Amino acid sequence: MDSVDIARWQFGITTVYHFFFVPLTIGLSALVAGLETAWIRTGKTKYLRATKFWGKLFLINFAMGVVTGIVQEFQFGMNWSDYSRFVGDIFGAPLAIEGLLAFFVESTFLGLWIFGWDRLPKKLHNASIWLVHIGTLLSAYFILAANSWMQHPVGYRIDHETGRAVLTDFWAVLTNSTQLVSFPHTITAAFVTGGLFMAGVSAWHLARRKNVEVFRPSLKLALVVTAIASIGVAITGDVQGKVMTDQQPMKMAAAEALYETEQPASFSIFTIGTLNGDEEVFGIKVPRVLSFLATGSFDGEVKGINDVQAAEQARYGPGDYRPIIPVAYWNFRIMVGVGALTALVSLAGLWLLRRGRMPSSPWVYRIGVLSLSLPFIGNSAGWIFTEMGRQPWSVFGVLKTSASVSPGVTPTSMLISVISLTTLYGILMVIEAGLMIRYAKAGPPSEDEVLPPPADDDDSDSDSERSLAFAY
Amino acid sequence: MELTTVWFIIIAFLWTSYFFLEGFDFGVGILLPALGRDDVERRVLINTIGPVWDGNEVWLLVAGGATFAAFPEWYATLFSGFYLPLLLILLALIVRGVAFEYRGKKDDARWRSRWDKAIFWGSLLPAFLWGVAFANIVRGVPLAADHEYAGTLLDLLNPYALLGGLTTTILFVLHGAVFLALKTSGDIRTQARRVATVAVVAAIAAGGSFLLITQLQHGKPVTWLTAGGAAAGLLVAAVANRRGREGWAFIGTGAAIVLAVATLFTALFPDVMPSTLGSGGLTTQNAASTGYTLKIMTWVAVVFTPIVLIYQGWTYWVFRKRIGTSSIPPAKKPEPVP
Repeated sequence: MDSVDIARWQFGITTVYHFFFVPLTIGLSALVAGLETAWIRTGKTKYLRATKFWGKLFLINFAMGVVTGIVQEFQFGMNWSDYSRFVGDIFGAPLAIEGLLAFFVESTFLGLWIFGWDRLPKKLHNASIWLVHIGTLLSAYFILAANSWMQHPVGYRIDHETGRAVLTDFWAVLTNSTQLVSFPHTITAAFVTGGLFMAGVSAWHLARRKNVEVFRPSLKLALVVTAIASIGVAITGDVQGKVMTDQQPMKMAAAEALYETEQPASFSIFTIGTLNGDEEVFGIKVPRVLSFLATGSFDGEVKGINDVQAAEQARYGPGDYRPIIPVAYWNFRIMVGVGALTALVSLAGLWLLRRGRMPSSPWVYRIGVLSLSLPFIGNSAGWIFTEMGRQPWSVFGVLKTSASVSPGVTPTSMLISVISLTTLYGILMVIEAGLMIRYAKAGPPSEDEVLPPPADDDDSDSDSERSLAFAY
Repeated sequence: MELTTVWFIIIAFLWTSYFFLEGFDFGVGILLPALGRDDVERRVLINTIGPVWDGNEVWLLVAGGATFAAFPEWYATLFSGFYLPLLLILLALIVRGVAFEYRGKKDDARWRSRWDKAIFWGSLLPAFLWGVAFANIVRGVPLAADHEYAGTLLDLLNPYALLGGLTTTILFVLHGAVFLALKTSGDIRTQARRVATVAVVAAIAAGGSFLLITQLQHGKPVTWLTAGGAAAGLLVAAVANRRGREGWAFIGTGAAIVLAVATLFTALFPDVMPSTLGSGGLTTQNAASTGYTLKIMTWVAVVFTPIVLIYQGWTYWVFRKRIGTSSIPPAKKPEPVP
C-alpha cells in the first residue's frame, strides 16, 4: 500500500466511525430538548423522567462524537497536506467558522445543561439544550458546505501563479446547489437516526411492559419524528439524485452500474458485472425508473459509465475516471433500501399504536429493537457511496485524491497512525456499546429520584457546601 | 495594520486562550493521582473542571481551524511535519475526554482506576508535547523548498524543545494546583496550595531558563518585557499562594502563561514556520490566504469571539462555588437488569 491508500483508509475508517455518533447527537439533542420542554409546559413527571433517561444516553454518545471530531479536523493537515495547501483559501473558512459558531455553543451549553439542573432556572436550563441542538445544526451546515464544495466546487478560481484554488465568492460556497440538498438530506437522516434509536430502546422496555408511562409517549414521539423525517430523507434524496446526475454523471452511472448510455434507462435492483468491472453479466431491472430518478422524466437519457469515461478523458486528459463500481453500486442500494425500510417501520409502528393500542406480539417489539440499527447502516452507506463515488477526485474535476496526500509523511508514519487510531476506536466502541446497553436497559429514574431537591436557601457566595445535583 | 498581521495576532490569541484554559485542565488531570487520595477526592478534582473542560478544548479546534483558514501553508506544514507528536496528542485527548464522561458510569474500582490513568496520561502527554511543538516552531525546523517538513522525529526532540516541553508541563501543573486551591475546600485546598508552593519554584527555574534562551536566541527588544512579565507573574503567584490569596495566585499563573505564549509568538513574528535550511520557511506573507478570505474571516472573528467570551465567562460564574468532598453525591449505578 502506498501513502494514498493508507491515508484513504484512515479517512474512511475515522469518518464513518465519527458519523456513527454525529447524527444521533443531532437527532437526540432535539428529542431530549423537546421532552424537557414538555415537562416544563405540562409539569408531568413522566416527561422529566424521560428527559433524564434519554439525556444520559445522549451524553454517552456525545462524548464519542466530540473526541473523534478532533481527529477529523487535524487529519487534513496531517495526511492531506497538499490538499490543505490547494484548498485552504476556501475550505479552511467553514471549518474555522464551524468551531467558532457551533462547537463553542455545543460544548459550553452542554456543560451548563449537564451540571446546571439546580443552578439554572428551568427555562434557561431547557434553553441550554435547545442551544446545543442549534449548535449541532450549525456545525452540520458548515461542514457540509465544505464537503459540498468538494463535490461541486463553486465560487473560486485557480490562481495561475501558485496553482491553487482561490475563493472569489463565499456566499456561493455557502449556498452551493449541492449544499442546499445535502444539508436537508443529512439532517432529516439524523432525525431518523435519533427517532429510531429512541423507538428501538422504547420497544425493548415496552416488550417487558416496564415503565410504560415513560416509554409509550417516547415511542410515539420517536415514531412521529421518524415518519416525517424519513419522508424528508426520500424527497431530499430524490432531488439530490438529480443534482448529482447533472454535476457528477459518473457517480450516478456508478450507482446504477449502468455501463452503456440508455434512453429510457431502467433501474437495476440487482446486477453482477464481469470481474474487471467494465461489463454487465446479469441483472434484474425495472424499466424507465432510473430515467425518472436521474432526470425527473421517464424518457430521460442517462449516461453510461463508458460514455462518461470517454467524455472525462476528453475533458481532463488521459486517465481512469471510474470509481470502484461495486462499492458505489451496493452502497447506493443499501442506502436507498434502508431509507425505505425506516419509513415503513415508522409508519407501521404508528398504525399499530393508533388510538392507545399496545400490540401484544413480541415480534413487533423485536423488529422495533432491530430497526435501531437501520439508520446507522444507511448513514454509513450513504457517505461511503458519495465519497467513494467521487473518486478519483478529492475536489471534483479540480484536484485528484492522488495529488492530495502529504508528500513528506512516510507510509510507516501513516500506518502507525491508522493502526493506533483504529485499535483505540475499536476498544472505545466496545466500551461505548457496553455502557449504552447497560444504561438503556436500566431504564429511567423513578419518580422519587427526579423530585426537585429542597429549595436553595443559600444563594450567597459563601463557601458552604451543598451536594451537587450532578457530578462526574 | 495588514490583515495577515491581524490574523497572526488572532491565531496567537486563540492559542493563548487555549493554553490559559486547558492549561489548568491539564494541571488538574496531572495532579489527579497526587492530590486525589481516594475516590471521593478524585471526584472533587475532576468536578472542578467538569462543566468547562470541553468548552476549553474547543479553543484548540478553533485555533486549528483558524490556522487552516488564514494560513493554510502553516497548517499543512505544521500538522504534517509534527506528525507523530500530534498523533500522540490526538490519542491522548481522545482517551482523556472519554475518561471524564465514562469514569463515573460504573461503580467499580478497577474501571475507575483505569480511567484515572487515562486522565493522568491524557493530560501529561499533551501538556508536554505542546511545549515541544511550540519551542520547535520558534526555533525553526528543516523545511524543503515546497514547505514540507524535511527532518525526522529526532530533530523535534532537541534540548531546547524538551526544555520547552518541561516548561509547559510544570507551568500547567502549577496553574492547575492554583486553580484547585481556588475552586475546592477542605483538605484538598490545603494540599493544592502546598503543591503550588513547590511547583512555582520549579516553574521559575524551568520557565525562566527556557524564556531566557528564547530571548537570547530568537528574542526582540519588546520580548524582554513579555518574558519579564511572565517571570513577574510567577513571583506574584508565589507570594499570593504563600499568603493564601488564591485569586491573585491564579491571576499570577494565568498572566505567566499568557505572557510566555506572547513571548513565543512575538519572537516568531513575522515568521510562522522558520526553516533551518535557509529556504522553504513560512512567513505571515507566503503562508496566508488571500485578502478576500482574510476579510471574511476577520468579520466572523470580530463579531463572534466576544460573544463566545461572554457566554463562556458566564459559565464560570454559574459554577463559581467551591466544591469539597461533602458536595459529591454518592455514586449511583444503574440497577442490575436480569
